[in-house]
Amino acid sequence: MARPNVSLKDHWQEQRLFVSRILWSVAVVLVLTGALIARLIQLQIVDYERFADLSQGNRLKIEPLAPTRGLILDRNGLVVAENLPTWQLVAIPEQIAELEVTLGELEDLGLLETAARPGLIDLVRSHRGFERVALTNLDDAQAARFAVRRHRFHGIDIQEGLVRHYPFGEAAAHAIGYVGSISLSDLETIDRADYAATSSIGKTGIERAYESRLHGTVGFRQQVVNARGRVLMDPATQATVEGEGILAGLETRWPTPGENVVVALDMRLQLAAHEAMSGVRGAVVALDPRSGDVLALVSQPSFDPNRFAEGLSRADFVALNNDAHRPLFNRALTGRYPPGSTIKPFLGLAGLYHESTTEHDHTFCPGYFSLPGQTHRYRDWRPQGHGSMDLHDAVVQSCDVYFYRLAVALGIDNMETFLKRFGLGATTGLDIAGERAGVLPSREWKRTAFSRREDQVWFPGETVIAGIGQGFTLVTPIQLANAAAVMSMRGQRYATRLLIGTESGVTGEVLMREPQPLEPLDDVDAAHWQVIHDAMLGVTREPAGSGFRVMSGAQYTVAGKTGTAQVFSIGQDEEYDEEGLDESLRDHGLFVAFAPAEDPRVVVAVVVENGGGSSAAVPVARRILDSYFALNEYVAQQR
Amino acid sequence: MSLSSADLGTVRVGSFQGPSRLQLNIDLPLVITLMLVTIFGFVVLYSALSEDLSALVRQGVRFGIAFGVFFVLSQIPPHYLRMWTPWAYLFVLFLLLLVMVNGEIGKGAQRWLNLGFVTIQPSEMMKICVPMAVAWFMHERALPPRLGHLLVLGIVILVPALMIERQPDLGTALLVVASGGLTILLAGLSFRIIAVLGGIALCAAPLPWIFAMGDYQKQRVLTFLDPESDPLGAGYNAIQAKIAIGSGGLFGKGWFNGTQSHLEFLPERSTDFVFAVMAEEFGLLGLLLLLTLYLVLVGRGLYIAAGAQDTFTRLLAGSLSLTFFVYVFVNTAMVSGLLPVVGVPLPLVSAGGTSMVTLMAGFGILAAIGGHRKLLAP
Repeated sequence: MARPNVSLKDHWQEQRLFVSRILWSVAVVLVLTGALIARLIQLQIVDYERFADLSQGNRLKIEPLAPTRGLILDRNGLVVAENLPTWQLVAIPEQIAELEVTLGELEDLGLLETAARPGLIDLVRSHRGFERVALTNLDDAQAARFAVRRHRFHGIDIQEGLVRHYPFGEAAAHAIGYVGSISLSDLETIDRADYAATSSIGKTGIERAYESRLHGTVGFRQQVVNARGRVLMDPATQATVEGEGILAGLETRWPTPGENVVVALDMRLQLAAHEAMSGVRGAVVALDPRSGDVLALVSQPSFDPNRFAEGLSRADFVALNNDAHRPLFNRALTGRYPPGSTIKPFLGLAGLYHESTTEHDHTFCPGYFSLPGQTHRYRDWRPQGHGSMDLHDAVVQSCDVYFYRLAVALGIDNMETFLKRFGLGATTGLDIAGERAGVLPSREWKRTAFSRREDQVWFPGETVIAGIGQGFTLVTPIQLANAAAVMSMRGQRYATRLLIGTESGVTGEVLMREPQPLEPLDDVDAAHWQVIHDAMLGVTREPAGSGFRVMSGAQYTVAGKTGTAQVFSIGQDEEYDEEGLDESLRDHGLFVAFAPAEDPRVVVAVVVENGGGSSAAVPVARRILDSYFALNEYVAQQR
Repeated sequence: MSLSSADLGTVRVGSFQGPSRLQLNIDLPLVITLMLVTIFGFVVLYSALSEDLSALVRQGVRFGIAFGVFFVLSQIPPHYLRMWTPWAYLFVLFLLLLVMVNGEIGKGAQRWLNLGFVTIQPSEMMKICVPMAVAWFMHERALPPRLGHLLVLGIVILVPALMIERQPDLGTALLVVASGGLTILLAGLSFRIIAVLGGIALCAAPLPWIFAMGDYQKQRVLTFLDPESDPLGAGYNAIQAKIAIGSGGLFGKGWFNGTQSHLEFLPERSTDFVFAVMAEEFGLLGLLLLLTLYLVLVGRGLYIAAGAQDTFTRLLAGSLSLTFFVYVFVNTAMVSGLLPVVGVPLPLVSAGGTSMVTLMAGFGILAAIGGHRKLLAP
């Protein structure tokens, strides 16, 4: 069939068929080309903006630039927290031939610890070859040791960084706080973008409370990167090529440094207080009663905040946290102690206010007190008794029996309402976190504080011991100082504060803040205030006063009150034997004071844990007050 | 035109053997357009290769060789080609067999044959030998082809195609099938049979998926259907190419300013994806210029085909022109995301490979067909 066709080929017909096929082909070619051009128009014209953005996103890497953290200054301008240049040892993975060997050599130089090697290997391997990996911080000696041998280490370099430094170390750790690595829980509270370049964040104290002011605002630098993320050209260093070709339109926004923060602390006083408390456990709070400024805030034992700023290992942190003396525990704000006899001036005032007693009422103190119809003896600290006591002498000599009686006469609810107005049993409004409320007991309080029905009943005996600051009553050192400040100012109240001003990191403009007054006690007789003030002055002035011996010879007048807080209850017929008691069961010593008595400028509250009594606390206050007046050159003028 | 007789072939052979010995055959429109495309290609490559001059020089040498092949082939009277066709076809088939047994391995596929002084890619040669073989077969027979012819032609096309597919090189295999198939279509295969075969092909489409395709080929198809599903893996090329094209806009970012290519986001930017580099740096206008040049080449080829005077030359010229268009379309459509990513270079522009030589050989044959017809015409 096919064969004969060869000779019968119709060339004319074949040519027409072929040309028609060619025309068909041309049509198909044009249709396909049209489809292609339509696609290109879609990509390059219609969706141009989107793809242009995508290609920009590919090309640009935004490198965040960390702002410089603001300084913390004390009220006289002393630097309490600063940023020090530090040397960082960095590795550039792609330039290191043998990581293990290199790290080993760095260990031999004493720059790295052998124990850290596996962690560092993981760290370096987790980065891309051209990224600089910080291995450790170096001190000057280490940096120098490395610098002379730098040529031997390919891919290892030192670079400058900033590290937070606290020049006063542990002396102000509990007020200033510290910065540390940003934790997962920190991340929930901050704007992550703002912290893109920041590695540490305020953890406690001022550093935490004013984190947003201290931190500043992050900056950024756009860089051109290739597909593997390598920065091709840094516009900051290659200004000549900027603005051309693939480097066009790069932006840099420098970070805004954080604000400097001025705190109320007088670091000289703070140091004096810190030293006065050395070797003991306890807390000191010194206030300026005229403003609520915290002049000193000490909690002992303390810790070195620089260790946190430089990076504390997990093991070190656990050791610090589990230390039996609890150095991380801020006793000044969160330690709750029975106020003991330091409550007496306030109760005395309450008695005068509620007319439960008068300046001239006398009570006989036989050395004990019993409620009517009961045989239980509430003992005076002085077994033989004080004899006939008026309010003045009862405060000066700290007669317990007088205040047992006064408490019963006032009733627990009057006591609670009045003491509350001095800020006791509640936080004092300090501007750093962590303050704990204390306890001012009352019938109502007992009903809500206990779950068992039989515990919810208020017993008259509980009112009795509340009269000498024992029982349920608990206060923090800062509450005690704050109450003493209110006392000293005859009812004028201020919120306690650490921040007194800020200084712009950009313009240097200083903004000082006004003290924040609180509702005053303006319904107490001036004469009543004077009675208590005189009594408190008597504590340090009169030979019978509990603070007389230690305060004698002071170049200023001190109005104060000693206190002893029982840690361990003694049985009805036992004697308190200090020597025989375990140290942790010894009484806490307390002392509150303001000076000068007639024109109060400084208030001090001292708590010495297990000091055995107020005799441990008064000398501390004496040293602090001495240095306050030495520093403030006040004495000569007053005398 | 109307020399319609059975012994037309012999007359033609006799008539131009004399003058053609002295006269060079140069198809000016073809040569000029080819030069323009190639120059544009070099401009783009210079940027895409990031001023790697040695690579550009190698490409220049390749172009020189290719132009040499073009020039030589354009001087050969088509009837010699027809006489050599069966032998050329069988020879290249034999080379393919050698590749299967003893080929060089590159990029996970066995495509190259090392002849000692040069490595060649027989699959590329098949792109020309298959349409030649189909045209040769139909030259002896009346058009349009019948079913029996189709069987024979099917074997002629599919045997080398399957061998290439086994290398594996699906892209080239499909182009070989396309070049053969286009020849049959030009031969006047009735649309009814085309429809039936198309239906069968459509039904059989899943079969290679199940039996023949390698994992990487399946991945390419899947990625084509949804490139975003694997943006860092197989879909990366497609996505980055689209970004490159789209961000070029109407006027482009300018020569050397293509961030997608210069910052290495775009893979294979000097080879299969060079079209995206062009799109990014020269914009839609640059692409339209290139497409126009390509269409001129296709149009010139089809014009030569329409004027060719025997079945062999007609079919061969038409098929070579249309196959060229298929290369262009498959590459550009793949880079712009209309087709899955198959390894087809952009004709005359992409760096490397034997494809430049093959293409110029094709154009050489086209020039020969066009030129020798002219010599005959007067």
